[in-house]
Amino acid sequence: MAKSIEELKGIATQVRRDILRMVCAAKSGHPGGSMSSTDILTYLYFNQMKHNPATWTRSGKGQDMFVLSAGHLTPVYYSLLSRNGYFPVSELATFRLMGTRLQGHPSVRKELPGVFQASGSLGQGLSAAAGMALGKKMDGDPNFVYCLCGDGESEEGQIWEAGMFAVHHKLDNLIAMTDWNGKQIDGPVDEVSGIGDLAAKWEAFGWNVITADGHDFESIAKAFELATAAKGSGKPTMILFQSDMGHGVDFMAGTHKWHGSVPKPEQLEDALKQLGETPLGDF
Amino acid sequence: MKKYTDSGKKDTRSGFGAGLLEAGRANPNVVALTADLKGSLKMDAFAAEFPERFIQCGIAEANMIGAAAGLAVTGKVPFVGSFAEFVTGRVYDQIRQEVAYGNTNVKIASSHAGITLGEDGATHQTMEDIALMRALPGMVVINPCDFNQTKQATIAAAQYVGPVYLRFGRPGVPNFTDENEPFVIGKAIVMNEGKDVTLIATGHTVWEALQAAEALEAEGISAEVVDIATIKPLDVEAIVKSAKKTGCVVVAEEHNAFGGLGEAVAGALAAQCPTPVEFVNGGDRFGQSGTPSALMAAYGLDAPHIADAAKKAISRK
Repeated sequence: MAKSIEELKGIATQVRRDILRMVCAAKSGHPGGSMSSTDILTYLYFNQMKHNPATWTRSGKGQDMFVLSAGHLTPVYYSLLSRNGYFPVSELATFRLMGTRLQGHPSVRKELPGVFQASGSLGQGLSAAAGMALGKKMDGDPNFVYCLCGDGESEEGQIWEAGMFAVHHKLDNLIAMTDWNGKQIDGPVDEVSGIGDLAAKWEAFGWNVITADGHDFESIAKAFELATAAKGSGKPTMILFQSDMGHGVDFMAGTHKWHGSVPKPEQLEDALKQLGETPLGDF
Repeated sequence: MKKYTDSGKKDTRSGFGAGLLEAGRANPNVVALTADLKGSLKMDAFAAEFPERFIQCGIAEANMIGAAAGLAVTGKVPFVGSFAEFVTGRVYDQIRQEVAYGNTNVKIASSHAGITLGEDGATHQTMEDIALMRALPGMVVINPCDFNQTKQATIAAAQYVGPVYLRFGRPGVPNFTDENEPFVIGKAIVMNEGKDVTLIATGHTVWEALQAAEALEAEGISAEVVDIATIKPLDVEAIVKSAKKTGCVVVAEEHNAFGGLGEAVAGALAAQCPTPVEFVNGGDRFGQSGTPSALMAAYGLDAPHIADAAKKAISRK
């Protein structure tokens, strides 16, 4: 059942709490991009994707599929998978610990429900998602394949190879998303290796391009509505979600410094206070 | 010694093409991808019979590996084909993450492998690919020796569930194995029984090893010839058994000195049955332009070099 915007906001707050508590417990991980993509993925997993954790299989038959091409965003990914019932929320406490199913980057080796493909080495997930979308087309499976890329990740040449492939093979069941937070590990994307006008680039590659506010659930909802409506056009869709790295906590927002570093205990306390508690409860 | 007859020179890549077509007929989930090398990979017949299952990827190998992995996740059995260098070294990390670590049922069809690619020269001649693929956890590495064996190996690869690296070549070479012999992954094939020296070979060097064994026989030396068509998992039992019998070993491969069959055999023997081993390989070198046969001779990979290595191995017993 679709969640209201108020409910989504509450879930997103809990997911951000999960992200921070996971990376602080593990003393490692990537909170910044997890927090910029929290609202997008919260909407995707609660209101958009056709999926059923109870009948999930890696083949994705009869359901929508999702690939986390920006594989370092496991905190937000695992939080949402558990909050959807793929595995117990309590398992979030094992993130990055020896023997865990919740590897630093997504793994299929531990048979974690909800994970379709390994990722982490950047630039590859969009190709895998395109292959899945093509597989669905060949099988007459009408469902979608979603894929989240980073904007820094778009510096990888393979992203653009996949861009050409998806258009050539008319994969209008592929909905890619870019978490366009403008930051990467070494600094602002424009300073590290500018990617220019992403919308113009994807349009030039022949994609259906939608730009949306990655922190406004109405804007997110509209973007997905347009994306799914493009099925039949023969074009894959790229949604460019403008977002802020570290969104939701004042000292983390808008800087690349929290891409892959973790708050100190007193900073965590401050961050959790800012976010506030939710009825869902912490893991 | 056992007689092998060349039924007419054929390229092993055509064996792949024939096997792919048969595998495609047997299993509707078999699909084929290439990066603008459909003709070179002998995928034409498959593409003509199953146009909807042939996926042209253009000159974009990295994306091709990822797309194949995605197709495999949905239940397809993808064969991705290009020249050996471009489906190994060029895309090592894609194979590592999407195929090996991702544990997807992708078959890497690697043509024009080794020095016998010939005239195109070193940019296209990989002699490092076996090392790269062997190093990946769980990767099966197959290097069949002629048209018939390549066809059967392709069919076996399609039936096997898991990542496979299938290596074959460009030039016409003798076709001498039984066309109806099913390929068993992981099993060494004793081509000729002997008692003085074991000649272990893979791919194009199997025929060379058989020629060397004939030449040695004329000199009164009895050579056992073992075809290691599956380099990983290695049939250590068969290798140790033969080494115990003959007391010395030659390993011949169309690969450089590092990380290929030679080091795999030496490692196994060092652990289980220390035996003198001589290595016939491309050394620490890149290739160069030339005809396949001239290159095999120049890089020391042909029958005379294998026979010389056998005598050296025997002298070390």
